Amino acid sequence: MVEEISNGDFTDLVKIIQQRYGYDFTDYAPASLKRRFTRFTGFAHISNVFELKHRLLNDAGFFQEMVQYITVNVTEMFRDPAFYKTLREQVLPRLASYPIIKIWHAGCASGEEVYSMAILLEEAGLLDRCRIYATDMNAANLRKAKKGAVALKDMKDYTCNYIQSGGVNDFSNYYTAGCDTAIIDAALRRNIIFFQHNLVTDQVFNEFQLICCRNVFIYFNRTLQERVVKLFYESLTSLGYLALGIKESLLYNDERFKFEPVNAANKIFRRKV
Amino acid sequence: MTLPLKYSILVIGGSAGSMSVLVELLNQLPSPFPIPVVIILHRLKNVESELDKLLSIRQPIAEPEDKEPLLQGNIYLAPQNYHLLIEEDGSFSLDYAEPVNFSRPAIDLTFSSAASVFGARSLGILLSGANKDGAAGLCRIIRAGGKGIAQRPDTAGFSIMPQAAIDLCRGVQPMTIKGMIDFLRNISIENKS
Repeated sequence: MVEEISNGDFTDLVKIIQQRYGYDFTDYAPASLKRRFTRFTGFAHISNVFELKHRLLNDAGFFQEMVQYITVNVTEMFRDPAFYKTLREQVLPRLASYPIIKIWHAGCASGEEVYSMAILLEEAGLLDRCRIYATDMNAANLRKAKKGAVALKDMKDYTCNYIQSGGVNDFSNYYTAGCDTAIIDAALRRNIIFFQHNLVTDQVFNEFQLICCRNVFIYFNRTLQERVVKLFYESLTSLGYLALGIKESLLYNDERFKFEPVNAANKIFRRKV
Repeated sequence: MTLPLKYSILVIGGSAGSMSVLVELLNQLPSPFPIPVVIILHRLKNVESELDKLLSIRQPIAEPEDKEPLLQGNIYLAPQNYHLLIEEDGSFSLDYAEPVNFSRPAIDLTFSSAASVFGARSLGILLSGANKDGAAGLCRIIRAGGKGIAQRPDTAGFSIMPQAAIDLCRGVQPMTIKGMIDFLRNISIENKS
């Protein structure tokens, strides 16, 4: 394992990946990306940066393995229950006034938060009128998300989260438990479309009343955050909602004046008219 | 004439049994402290928490948001369910990657991050706890030329965490609570002179 990657080597690695494979990590937040790189060298038994560069330049399969490893694909159902409670109470009643509700989950990882949203919409009687577009840059994530498979051991935590988010149903009605996996009820998937979209390089593709992009911005530097907020602004209807992670902020973003806070603590904003 | 500060950051990590020690440190810490203080505690996730308010003893303590700059005189608490990293431009950066040592926030990650950004100007203190998180991070600080202090295991509610650091590398200095307080007061005076 390489313990620390110098800034020069880090820049080289990002360049190699960009030029050879088209994934652009230039404007990712360096601290966490550097850590992902070093962590990967441990996983792949690579002892120095030269070897890492050499493999990257000569072995496309190696890169596929690496990209899987360096992107953060961690997610939870009903992460931050207070956020979901706010969605139920303050946002969904407004969305209910639209004949068709379009929602974008940007950077959905393996889909746990998308299914959480589908449960909220189902309980509010809105799921049939919704189209949920769930995107991620990582194809393997999307394959996993489509299956709706969740580790059974996590369901205990998720049940607690669901209850704290104001859920009153029996949470186990929403999945079928196997030996170590729970499969989310396929009916919840009826209006979800999973597909690949890279926030760094791809563009606007539809217009939405709500965009959820939680805990994705933390991996981006300010330049890239700025670009993506612009992209979201252009993808929202007037008065459309934008939800970020609970510790993410528009404060350091020049686009912030185009949004107004709906619920500051839970980082829900609204596009101004 | 003002001498350049010897340290640029103080990072404090703790787990089981560290709350009372931390409260005592915060009570006695010269206020305002001349360098930013970052506290990493193992804590529950997905619950409403007022830990930041509980620790706001002599001055308000804030959970930093992503990209917030570290400011001198401020005390920060790592938010629940995120790792807390520091960027070279002196701002915080959050990370929602897998738990490390079963912990998110992991003390090792913030300590290592401080070591790589501030090098010899980092000061780390590891308090009571029942797992080994923080030991590797404290050693990173020492290898970078900074100073690493561990609560003397016989004074800790749970000795595993400080003991792990002492066992992992030479140079970790065990201190009693009083020893730590005296040390921190001295830095504050040195930094002012």
